[in-house]
Amino acid sequence: MSDASLQNGPEMGTPRAKSSLLELDQRTKKRNAAEARFRAYGIAAIAVGLVFLVVLISSIFFKGVGAFQQTFITLDVELLESKLDKTGERDIEKIKKVTTFGYNPLIENALKAAMEEAGVENPFAKGKDLRKMLSSGAAADLRDFVIANPDRIGDTVQFRLLASSRVDGYLKGRVTRESLARDKNLTPVHLDVVDQLKDAGVVAKSFNLGFITGADASESRPEQAGIGVSMLGSFYMMLVVLACALPIGVAASIYLEEFAPQNWITDLIEVNISNLAAVPSIVFGILGLAVFIQFAHLPQSAPLVGGLVLTLMTLPTIIISTRASLKSVPPSIREAALGIGASKMQTVFHHVLPLAMPGILTGTIIGLAQALGETAPLLLIGMVGYIASNYPGGLIEGFMSPNSAMPAQIYEWAKRADPAYYERAWGGIIILLVFLMTMNIIAIILRRRFERRW
Amino acid sequence: MKDMKISAKNVQVYYGDTHAIKDVSVEIEDNTVTAFIGPSGCGKSTFLRCLNRMNDTIDICRVEGDILLDGEDIYDKRVDPVQLRAKVGMVFQKPNPFPKSIYDNIAYGPRIHGLARNKAELDEIVEKSLRRGAIWDEVKDRLHAPGTGLSGGQQQRLCIARAVATEPEVLLMDEPCSALDPIATAQVEELIDELRQSYSVVIVTHSMQQAARVSQKTAFFHLGNLVEYDDTTKIFTNPEDPRTESYITGRIG
Repeated sequence: MSDASLQNGPEMGTPRAKSSLLELDQRTKKRNAAEARFRAYGIAAIAVGLVFLVVLISSIFFKGVGAFQQTFITLDVELLESKLDKTGERDIEKIKKVTTFGYNPLIENALKAAMEEAGVENPFAKGKDLRKMLSSGAAADLRDFVIANPDRIGDTVQFRLLASSRVDGYLKGRVTRESLARDKNLTPVHLDVVDQLKDAGVVAKSFNLGFITGADASESRPEQAGIGVSMLGSFYMMLVVLACALPIGVAASIYLEEFAPQNWITDLIEVNISNLAAVPSIVFGILGLAVFIQFAHLPQSAPLVGGLVLTLMTLPTIIISTRASLKSVPPSIREAALGIGASKMQTVFHHVLPLAMPGILTGTIIGLAQALGETAPLLLIGMVGYIASNYPGGLIEGFMSPNSAMPAQIYEWAKRADPAYYERAWGGIIILLVFLMTMNIIAIILRRRFERRW
Repeated sequence: MKDMKISAKNVQVYYGDTHAIKDVSVEIEDNTVTAFIGPSGCGKSTFLRCLNRMNDTIDICRVEGDILLDGEDIYDKRVDPVQLRAKVGMVFQKPNPFPKSIYDNIAYGPRIHGLARNKAELDEIVEKSLRRGAIWDEVKDRLHAPGTGLSGGQQQRLCIARAVATEPEVLLMDEPCSALDPIATAQVEELIDELRQSYSVVIVTHSMQQAARVSQKTAFFHLGNLVEYDDTTKIFTNPEDPRTESYITGRIG
């Protein structure tokens, strides 16, 4: 018995095996391996994200950068009095009667002269074929110049005219002789002429300011299309959003956060605001169509309506971020103010709001950026598909007259058949991204500036 | 016999369904430091916050009974809590200066209550308050530096100075020294003793030594009841209730 118990003894109360700290035991090894694996997953996830980002940005950049360059043909055009002002009276009304059609012979003559000077043989019998190298908007440019400066009739003036989109595409490598085989707009013979004129310096690529400041053009003139007017449309919309969403959003959040009693009604409102933030934007578009256009009879496609729709869409974002930043103000500040006899409103406006300001501003700018890039609601109120070909006449017209917006314009271009528009769509995305990035940087700067410690 | 500043009669406080203060009646004298002691959760802070209606900011809080300040019911419908709080100032557990300059911290109260007619008067109030807060010498050269840049003890004295700047009659202090080190605590206690000359001071504290050092009257709270209220010397040397005795000797709490 006693022997048996002696033998059992060491088994029961085995003294702990002596372990060295210098050696990893099994459990620690396992734990460390799990940790290393988790880190590897994390790094892999970030790496995948970064790769996608780099691919996205570089593809946008390389596809869109072409839109910022355009081919121009520099011509000395003789503004013949016999064609433009037969009477010689310089009567502006009579000059206006000459349509762009009347300017075509002048352009043909100038082209012929330029080719002769460069020593290029003219392979075309008809001047019309020659003119295909130029944008069909070139005559309109000339006419605008003459109407603005009637006294220059009779002079020879140097013009930098837009080349047609096919010529532009040839210089950018998009159009080849093979691809022109089934193209009615241009023939490979034209390209021989273009090659020679390019050597002579008549045809050249240069920076395309018209893309940034210009208006949209019809389907047949991609070389003329610019994003400027829709940029202005976006700008007016953002003004509306800022003027409506900021005061309404901030007032609503201050009331809900600081003044409203905590009961089921405020809970219900709170839940619904969070839900609204997740509602698809096209729903807001159809709401805007029903309320602002069909019921309130506001003009279609107007930045005012677009701005109001985007306000509805942005409000939840602004309210949620404003409430979060109000909530993050420590309650001790409120107690301090109340404790020395400040009223509720004084407490909020003198102490809480200034501390919450950076958060409110950041939320607002992020909301604006979201609104700036929104396309779907604009579909339903007619801002997509509208050809923004003219600048609005003034402030009121800017809000009320039909216009497009940047993302709508990009969508419109991407949808058009002419491959020249493809490049414009990517270029438009670059401009939109520059705007969004600028807004985000402003948000960061504002947050840094106004942030105070307590 | 000193004047009674605040007299509370049969005060009940409920947080929703919780009965936090049960039938408390207390007479608080003028020019006296009154200490509220008791274990955590006994209701001493809750009761303190009833005295300037800070509990109004909590939706579910309900107060019954009468609290009279100079004979006027502060829970009367006609009383605006904002006006009351100008008379009954409060200093909190954690120093909570506004993230503004030292000057603006002090000047804020007088400004919103219209106590100064011009800049010179305001300057005077600021200096007087900072002197009363026993912090003037330390900050007089940097009045426009942020108040949050001061040390913890300085911040708490700044908060006391801010509370006295509105010329209150009663000063409520909710564990004003719990976030401070012993040296800062000693400075604040000294200050409390000086403030007694002009105000009625009510202080909530967890430290029985502190209550014994600074107060003349002590109230012992336990589980929402006021167990004993008497002269501080009596409470600490010869308490009547056995619960008080076991608390001050460290057996409960």
